[in-house]
Amino acid sequence: MIELDGLTKRFGTKTAVDHLTFSVRPGIITGFLGPNGAGKTTTMRMVLGLDNPTSGSVLIDGKRYDQLKDPLTYIGALLDAKAMHGGRSAYNHLLCLAQSNGIPKARVTEVLDTVGLTAVARKKAKGFSLGMGQRLGIAGALLGDPRILMFDEPVNGLDPEGIHWIRNLMKSLAAAGRTVFVSSHLMSEMALTADHLVVIGQGRLLADTSMADFIRNNSRSYVRLRSPQRERLLDVLHEAGITVVETGSGALEVDGGSAEQLGELAASHHLTLHELSPQQASLEEAFMRLTAESVEYHAHSDPHRTLEPGQAAEPHRAAEPHQAAAPESQPWGSSWQQKNRKGA
Amino acid sequence: MSTPPPPSAAPQQQPPVLAGPGAGYASPIPVRRAHLGDALASEWTKIRTVRSTMWTLGVMILLMLGIGFAAAAAVSASDAEPPSGSDLLSLGFFGVLLGSICVITLGVLTIASEYGTGMIRTTMTACSSRNRVLAAKAIVFFGLVFVLTTLMAALVAVIQSAMVDSAGSPSGSAWFKATVGVGLFVALLGLLGLAVGTLVRHSAGAITIMIGLVLLPLVLALFMFASSLHSVRQALLEYSIPSQLIVLYGNSLGGGSGPTGWEPLWIVGGATVVALGAAFFTLNQRDV
Repeated sequence: MIELDGLTKRFGTKTAVDHLTFSVRPGIITGFLGPNGAGKTTTMRMVLGLDNPTSGSVLIDGKRYDQLKDPLTYIGALLDAKAMHGGRSAYNHLLCLAQSNGIPKARVTEVLDTVGLTAVARKKAKGFSLGMGQRLGIAGALLGDPRILMFDEPVNGLDPEGIHWIRNLMKSLAAAGRTVFVSSHLMSEMALTADHLVVIGQGRLLADTSMADFIRNNSRSYVRLRSPQRERLLDVLHEAGITVVETGSGALEVDGGSAEQLGELAASHHLTLHELSPQQASLEEAFMRLTAESVEYHAHSDPHRTLEPGQAAEPHRAAEPHQAAAPESQPWGSSWQQKNRKGA
Repeated sequence: MSTPPPPSAAPQQQPPVLAGPGAGYASPIPVRRAHLGDALASEWTKIRTVRSTMWTLGVMILLMLGIGFAAAAAVSASDAEPPSGSDLLSLGFFGVLLGSICVITLGVLTIASEYGTGMIRTTMTACSSRNRVLAAKAIVFFGLVFVLTTLMAALVAVIQSAMVDSAGSPSGSAWFKATVGVGLFVALLGLLGLAVGTLVRHSAGAITIMIGLVLLPLVLALFMFASSLHSVRQALLEYSIPSQLIVLYGNSLGGGSGPTGWEPLWIVGGATVVALGAAFFTLNQRDV
């Protein structure tokens, strides 16, 4: 159980974490989601007592971090995979951690086996790949067999096998009754693993909800239509008073319509359909809509573009995270041309 | 904003019992409270499992042995009259002076390399008391360097006295000062490096500061010819680190008006205590 109460952190004039209040409960995986720079890592560092909060408090099983006498047996954390001395072997790295908490030596070989690093236990950590470093970091987190586990972006840069392994590991840890708190900036990843969701943006709490509720409230359903008689189909839909969104690839999308109704409408007008499929907008899109206002580093010149998802030109399809952030309707460089024209 | 906790979460709000029931998950691993001894064991593992320790201490041993041997050979081959008993011991001076640079480097690296690699975050997560971490590092480092330097100084002195004919044998207290005294002096200097490393948190920067501190005053003094600077020059000659080290051998660079006897240990010890105090203070104040 991790309890945050009004947790705030300022760096100079910049507020990285702004009055966060929520708790992370045992037995489930809690996803901690936010765009880059939202304050996820700073929050986790405050949980671990690495950063002193400007105000507010965070309690681990009812205690402040500096009151924990053997912290590794309470909370295991993976903040970044390379937080270790590269010249030390995997075994010795874990050994010095175990010794500092009075954990029996035998446990070191045990966790090395759990994460599958037994074969390279005597190898130096600097020769490890990102995935191996990540596994070693997780071994360190598991060392004290703690009741709380905290992972910061654990799947970043891992291959599919590694991602699969981490997902299953987190699920089994939560199933044993542990508290699992995992951060990510990928909604799709969270949708697969987390039971509960905490979303922050610019340090502020945006949502604290169960995954199921989040999906129910935020996923947009629509029907995709594709037809060789596109213009006629558009007319028919307009006549029926149905709003259509045209996508770049020639398909039409109807918000909130049912596939049956649209199919019958097309049949009654003898229109050929090549595609008639009910779609769920991705959670990624819902997440972006939620955090759009708080995204700190926009990749394009006009940050307000993404604020209004209903804006006509923006195609309404299940977008990849980066696609929607880039203005697609205008060819690259058009703004430069405009500027040149203004200058001339 | 927060959702009400499910009924199953209720038992968790009670004060947790170590590995007790009702805590969601109870580990079968025996748990006991960690103490300074555990931190010492951990720091000992850390210092012996990185190559920089072997390198710096290995080079220190080679320098002390090599320079001590060469100095003794040069003196015994020369036609000058045999040195007195206390002068015989000072043959070890240059080896120790250069060896102390290695010790300073190790002292800085003991903590600054953790900042460089990011290991410090893991260390501070594993031990929630920052004071305990720094204390354990200081104790392990000081103990290791003191024992090694004292043994090496004694070994070199024995070799030199066997090689060189001297006019008399040094007194017991001179021996003690040239071995245990020198060992303490060098270990304190290394500890000062560890404190500076904690304050600066950057290996190269802290090593540069420390080497400047050891060598620069004497170099500056060599170029202060103006008579108006005479008192400054005299102070630099008497209180620079090499001058203080040679006092422990019963000699003096500044003409004998500076520190005498065991005083250099008090001076360096005082500086180290101040620097360590600042290191403990800032370590607790700053974010890792």
